[in-house]
Amino acid sequence: MKTKQYLSGLLVLIGFALFIAACSSFGQTKWSEDELTSLHSLWIGNLQPLPADPSNRFAENPDAAAFGQKLFFDTRFSSNGKVACGTCHLPDKLFQDGKPLSNGVGTTNRRAMTIIGTAYSPWFFWDGRKDSQWAQALGPMESAVEHGSNRTFYAHLIADNYADEYTALFGPLPDLSNLPLNAGPVQDPEAAANWAAISKQDQEAVTRIYVNMGKSIAAYERHLIPGEARFDKYVEAVAKNDYVSANQILNTDEVAGLKLFIGEAHCTNCHNGPLFTNNDFHNTGVPFAKGLPEDTGRAKGAQQVMKDEFNCLSSYSDAQPEQCTELNFLVADSDKLIHQFKPPSLRNVAERGPYMDAGQFATLEEVLNHYNTAPAGPIGHNELEPLNLTDPQLAQIIAFLKTLSAPLNTDGKWLTKPEDLP
Amino acid sequence: MKPSNSKTKLVRVIAWIAGLLFVLAVVYVVAMNRMMTKMVSEVPSNLDYSTKRLSDNGLFNVSYSASTGTVPINQMHQWTLHVDSADGKPVENATITVDGDMPQHGHGLPTSPQVTKYLGKGDYLVDGMKFQMGGWWVMDFTITANGQTDAVHFNMQLK
Repeated sequence: MKTKQYLSGLLVLIGFALFIAACSSFGQTKWSEDELTSLHSLWIGNLQPLPADPSNRFAENPDAAAFGQKLFFDTRFSSNGKVACGTCHLPDKLFQDGKPLSNGVGTTNRRAMTIIGTAYSPWFFWDGRKDSQWAQALGPMESAVEHGSNRTFYAHLIADNYADEYTALFGPLPDLSNLPLNAGPVQDPEAAANWAAISKQDQEAVTRIYVNMGKSIAAYERHLIPGEARFDKYVEAVAKNDYVSANQILNTDEVAGLKLFIGEAHCTNCHNGPLFTNNDFHNTGVPFAKGLPEDTGRAKGAQQVMKDEFNCLSSYSDAQPEQCTELNFLVADSDKLIHQFKPPSLRNVAERGPYMDAGQFATLEEVLNHYNTAPAGPIGHNELEPLNLTDPQLAQIIAFLKTLSAPLNTDGKWLTKPEDLP
Repeated sequence: MKPSNSKTKLVRVIAWIAGLLFVLAVVYVVAMNRMMTKMVSEVPSNLDYSTKRLSDNGLFNVSYSASTGTVPINQMHQWTLHVDSADGKPVENATITVDGDMPQHGHGLPTSPQVTKYLGKGDYLVDGMKFQMGGWWVMDFTITANGQTDAVHFNMQLK
């Protein structure tokens, strides 16, 4: 009789203990082997040193970077004297402008992308139509709606205001005295006509100055690197198996959101690596922006980069042709690429609305809803599939995304307009 | 025969509850485990991940190695493909086309890799290799030599 009582008592205790154990494991997220590998791959400590840019022999030159910083913020490099790179890529707005479309001398068809960390990307712009930072920097300068001017106008500006700095870096400036003020392969009919009328040598001389401007701006932009965020500190604690610290760094919602981010929500299909982007192209069925022309994204961008005047294989590039691997093995088959865009880095994403190529989604809630419901896209093959996550789960993912915000890992001197600029 | 009394009945009830809790706990732990392994189990369980495989119709014995050692994610790299005939002799000057995709995601490679050089002794340089995410990838090589064509496939689980 007593034995039976003992056994029953023991059974009760065992059952109770197991139940408690099962319940208590609910509050503590332990990561699986695969999840830990995923976390490590996203950790900023895993960010490789900046890759060299063989197409830009001034990329690592500190004087070129200082010169490029001045050019970046100098509003004289525009048709109305009011637009610089820094007008739409504001340092205190994470080097973008917080608007769905940007306002230069006109209005753009796509929103400004952040410049932070882009030195790691092989492609630039939403559609990757440029294959180097310096070639990208020159795009807006001759765009009719951004800076609205032309390379000869800029060459004159350099000669009049930056002769010493330019000469110290790039050698003597050519004689520009018999060149018109405005000339360039641009939309403006007068400037375009002037450009057609000047000699091939003069065109090359002017373009050489223009290219050196771009290479200097790129040397500056390479300094803009994202910094360590709360998420990264969490990964460091978890790596040491220090869950006491880890759970003080991220709360349960943020951890749950992270678990979804690397798991059920499939975010790391595209938002992977320490920069939370694979810098490749994806169609996520984003709707066309109202009132704007249909945007084929990478389909057009791939064609444009192949023909770009300043691509890796061009005479203005400092790279050997065999170094142009991305361009040499480019996927250009247009059907696959229709409506594909390059995912931006998610570091600091919470502060960088609105979202998508023309700011179609004002908030992260709208973004997450889009991914969750995966509506049919306007054109091309939408990669999304419905996630069937609940509202609380979507809120957890957003809570996690906010843990990716941090000050830049960049010397403060690069984050302001140089004082000696007018 | 022992008279059944309220105390024995109580013990019996508690024992039943304990047993039920035990079963619930086991079910819970098993269910949690199942959820964690759900992602991995979507990939077929009997995949051959070998880096050396026979082509579909047995014509070629093919192996590969990556220039970086382990195959990286989001990094341009090269592969060296080694092609032997079925009886182990290096196959020279073959024409090889390269393709790859993720069967679970229905998308291919972010680049268009090509065999750019014949290195001799059945070795071929594949340039422009890049993978834009982790997971289950299948690389396909279609090889034509001596008027015959065959295809070989390699499975990879990239992390």
